[in-house]
Amino acid sequence: MNKIYSINGPVVKVKDTKDFSMLEMVYVGNKKFIGEVIGITDELTTIQVYESTSGLMPGEPVYSTGDPMSALLGPGIISNIFDGIERPLQKLAEISGAYIDDGTNVSSLDVDRKFDVTILTNVGDILKAGEIFASCPETPIIVHKSMLSPFIKSGEVIWVAENGKYTINDTIIKIKNEDGEIIELTLAQKWPIRTPRPCVERLPINRPLITGQRIIDTILPIAKGGTAAIPGGFGTGKTMTQHQLAKWCDADIIVYIGCGERGNEMTQVLEEFSELIDPKTNRPLTDRTVLIANTSNMPVAAREASIYTGITLAEYYRDMGYHIAIMADSTSRWAEALREISGRLEEMPAEEGFPAYLPSRLSEFYERAGYVKTLSEKEGSVTIIGAVSPQGADFSEPVTQNTKRFVRCFWALDKSLAYARHYPAINWNDSYSEYVDDLSDFYNENVNKDFMSVRQEISNILVQENTLMEIVKLMGTDVLPDDQKLLIEVARIIRVGFLQQNAYHKDDTYVPLEKQYLMMIVILKLYEKSKELVSLGVTMDTILETDVFDKVVKMKYDIPNDKPELFEEYITTINEAFEKLKANN
Amino acid sequence: MAIKYVGLSEINGPLVVLDKVKNIGFDEIAKIKLDNGGERLARVVQIDGERAVLQVFEGTKGLSLTNTEVKFEGKPMELPLSTEILGRIFNGAGKPIDGLGDIYADKSADINGKPLNPVSRVYPRNYINTGISSIDALTTLIRGQKLPIFSGSGLSHNKLAVQIVRQAKIAEESGQGFAIVFGAMGVKNDVADYFKRSFEETGVLQKVVMFLNLSNDPIIERTLTPRCALTAAEYLAFEHNMHILVILTDMTSYAEALREFSSSKGEIPGRKGYPGYLYSDLASLYERAGVIEGASGSVTQIPILTMPNDDITHPIPDLTGYITEGQIVLDRNLDATGIYPPVSVLPSLSRLMKDGIGEGYTREDHSAVSNQLFASYARVQDARALASVIGEEELAPNDKAFIKFGVLFEKYFLKQDFTDNRSIEETLDLGWALLSTLPITELDRVDEEHLKKYYDPSKAHDYIK
Repeated sequence: MNKIYSINGPVVKVKDTKDFSMLEMVYVGNKKFIGEVIGITDELTTIQVYESTSGLMPGEPVYSTGDPMSALLGPGIISNIFDGIERPLQKLAEISGAYIDDGTNVSSLDVDRKFDVTILTNVGDILKAGEIFASCPETPIIVHKSMLSPFIKSGEVIWVAENGKYTINDTIIKIKNEDGEIIELTLAQKWPIRTPRPCVERLPINRPLITGQRIIDTILPIAKGGTAAIPGGFGTGKTMTQHQLAKWCDADIIVYIGCGERGNEMTQVLEEFSELIDPKTNRPLTDRTVLIANTSNMPVAAREASIYTGITLAEYYRDMGYHIAIMADSTSRWAEALREISGRLEEMPAEEGFPAYLPSRLSEFYERAGYVKTLSEKEGSVTIIGAVSPQGADFSEPVTQNTKRFVRCFWALDKSLAYARHYPAINWNDSYSEYVDDLSDFYNENVNKDFMSVRQEISNILVQENTLMEIVKLMGTDVLPDDQKLLIEVARIIRVGFLQQNAYHKDDTYVPLEKQYLMMIVILKLYEKSKELVSLGVTMDTILETDVFDKVVKMKYDIPNDKPELFEEYITTINEAFEKLKANN
Repeated sequence: MAIKYVGLSEINGPLVVLDKVKNIGFDEIAKIKLDNGGERLARVVQIDGERAVLQVFEGTKGLSLTNTEVKFEGKPMELPLSTEILGRIFNGAGKPIDGLGDIYADKSADINGKPLNPVSRVYPRNYINTGISSIDALTTLIRGQKLPIFSGSGLSHNKLAVQIVRQAKIAEESGQGFAIVFGAMGVKNDVADYFKRSFEETGVLQKVVMFLNLSNDPIIERTLTPRCALTAAEYLAFEHNMHILVILTDMTSYAEALREFSSSKGEIPGRKGYPGYLYSDLASLYERAGVIEGASGSVTQIPILTMPNDDITHPIPDLTGYITEGQIVLDRNLDATGIYPPVSVLPSLSRLMKDGIGEGYTREDHSAVSNQLFASYARVQDARALASVIGEEELAPNDKAFIKFGVLFEKYFLKQDFTDNRSIEETLDLGWALLSTLPITELDRVDEEHLKKYYDPSKAHDYIK
């Protein structure tokens, strides 16, 4: 029997044993806390414990399980809320009340719930790894597909159950593999959370994840299967941006990981998502959402695991042919959990006390995103959008810098924009998206053939404004010639009327690509016409006296999303007003 | 039968080491008896086989390797609780120090608390009217929120906290009234006294539970103070359905104490020498605010911290800001120009306010006013920066209007008397009066309807004399 030798916070050590393997899941103590082996030496085996070790004594037993830390994958995941090691929080609340007791072991998925199963294979068929053998509706909009675990060798189907109602523990199929072994299959399977699930191949990334947020879709687009980071100091709107994306992006399933964040925020997600109706499916957003909540006061080791649990769930649904978006809020908390545990292990710290393996762990995580051909010959994708909370809002700190190396979209949130309540506070000068080229064909073919060139013009204006602002900061706008004043005015319209977006406005919270495009067209038309007038010698003051500029700024509110034809009127108004000015001149 | 261990093997700062101990648990409490009859409390912080490291709450002064007897209690640190604690004063470790004797306990609770299950939380929505314009309008305090005050040495954070306590109005329709739990960590005697006197003067003393760890008290005790305070708060809120406002001051001293303890334990330091687990540790305190299902009470926290060198990026305010739901930042320049409360508007924020204001809570135009005030005041900063380079005379007319607005805003909106208790209507009307001094075209955060109803330059003169 292996016994606890030493205890220091979440780290427990066992002396003189060779029974454990690296990253094995173990049960620690009389209450059977879940733990994971994270270090083995001749003398000592080190275990991180996923629960509070308060009251644990040396001499209490440690049980080996022989399996790595795994997630249970099967129907019942969607709409659920789990902690960092996939324990169902709703169930825990029923058992232990408002506060989480330690040592409560419950099955991750409801074992009593019966699903309406359709068997998709016949006796005599050969079932290969990753192949789908049964399906059942999981929520009104998600059909769950049970696949042969990639760990199991392919074999011949020798028995199938009738279509009907089954729980996740009922055997529905039996196969016999080459070795003559008979394997019973259920709706669910297990998968080690730190191992990426295999696929046939990675496909090129060329479809956007449409979010309805103008600054993202138009200026800094993200692709399905891509990776993005949202860094920002506290109060700049990381969580708000992630909530908006989770609500509106066109992924089939959202995995929302609250990693070391606030409890009230998770409650808000729970509440809002069950009330909000997804316009595409007419069902509450919870029908397509999984929440993983390991708030900042929950055990730190489980916080470290929560990211892997989340991505494993996402990959599982990807393999069924769905498009998944993961919101990880926040990866900095996860990095800090790494640092905390590394400190307890007395490892040699690298930069800022973070362990030297921080970059490799980050890359392992972000590399699990992708657009793939699954083992069942379907297309699916996992998109990762990770929030980063840099210490002191300083982007040069190790987590932000290392994350930057592994993501292709960088949405930098800016304090001064947030202070001015310009949301989303994504700074267009500091941010970038490497997906622009990959996605330009999609935009040009599906929205408008000019989309990319129009977008470029808009960003050019912003770049020119940025240069001009350096002069303005020193001398004010009054000294500028009228054409530059005009540029600044148009840039203001782009900033306030286009980039700024109101999450609480019924139309502005989600804007279709078509409307985004037409808004840009109107702004550019305004610019073109005003430029003409300025070149004829009409002063900026005269141009601004017409209320056209104010009208254009407010078009995001005034034009409903389903009435794009109204943009024609704006063009006419601009033309008429400016013709009049020309005539007066 | 508990075993007594005679003698120690090592003493290092606040830590003592015992060898050959058996059957003790992590986090367990021990009593150390001294030869001269004194008794101290200690907690197990590390166990290696039969070797245990204990931290002594009252410090190790006078301890030697031979003059002690250690007895383990078999349980973590607990606080005796009953409604009798209202009106009482305790030391940082929860022992009564007002000479009124021990508490007749209704129950005892582990001071470390347990993590609250996110699904059992109720999202906080009810606002607390503090009567202070800058807070009510711009960073509304919500019941169940944790909203710290980021201050600096010498600023009026204590005065502001007292004013909030005095004026805070909590709707009486639910819960059994309102009480205050006050936790002082490493504050000066005068400060503790100031709070005590102010509670007395406002007649709330019978509704206050005080935990005092003054600056010359032992640092290990200091790390327990907020935990005792929050345990008391949770008990009153969730078992007796009271609305509890917890004031914790000064979180900086708390973090310093944690650093001192961590370094004497020989742990690997993180940023600026603070332990790597500072974030988790602070979270285990701040996250104990909230509203839970099945209880009508609430725990609202106002932790006060003084930013070392007024640096908001210092690890303590930085990590705090990432956990709490916003912050109220005080500004030295405003303070120097005689503006009280010196709330620095732009970096201040209340994350929960969006769902606790507007129709049904405050007034339908609240979010529009606050957004516009924020945006306009941000413009003021730009205009001021420009004016400092080219001079105010040279500014464009719009920028001049903003400069004027900035002065009025600070003088009439921010500045408020210590005894001035403004209703939310007054505050919002005042906001509109100030906004009405700006050209209507500059108000891009409010919609037509509100402008029509509230924008009125002539009214501005009534308010602003």
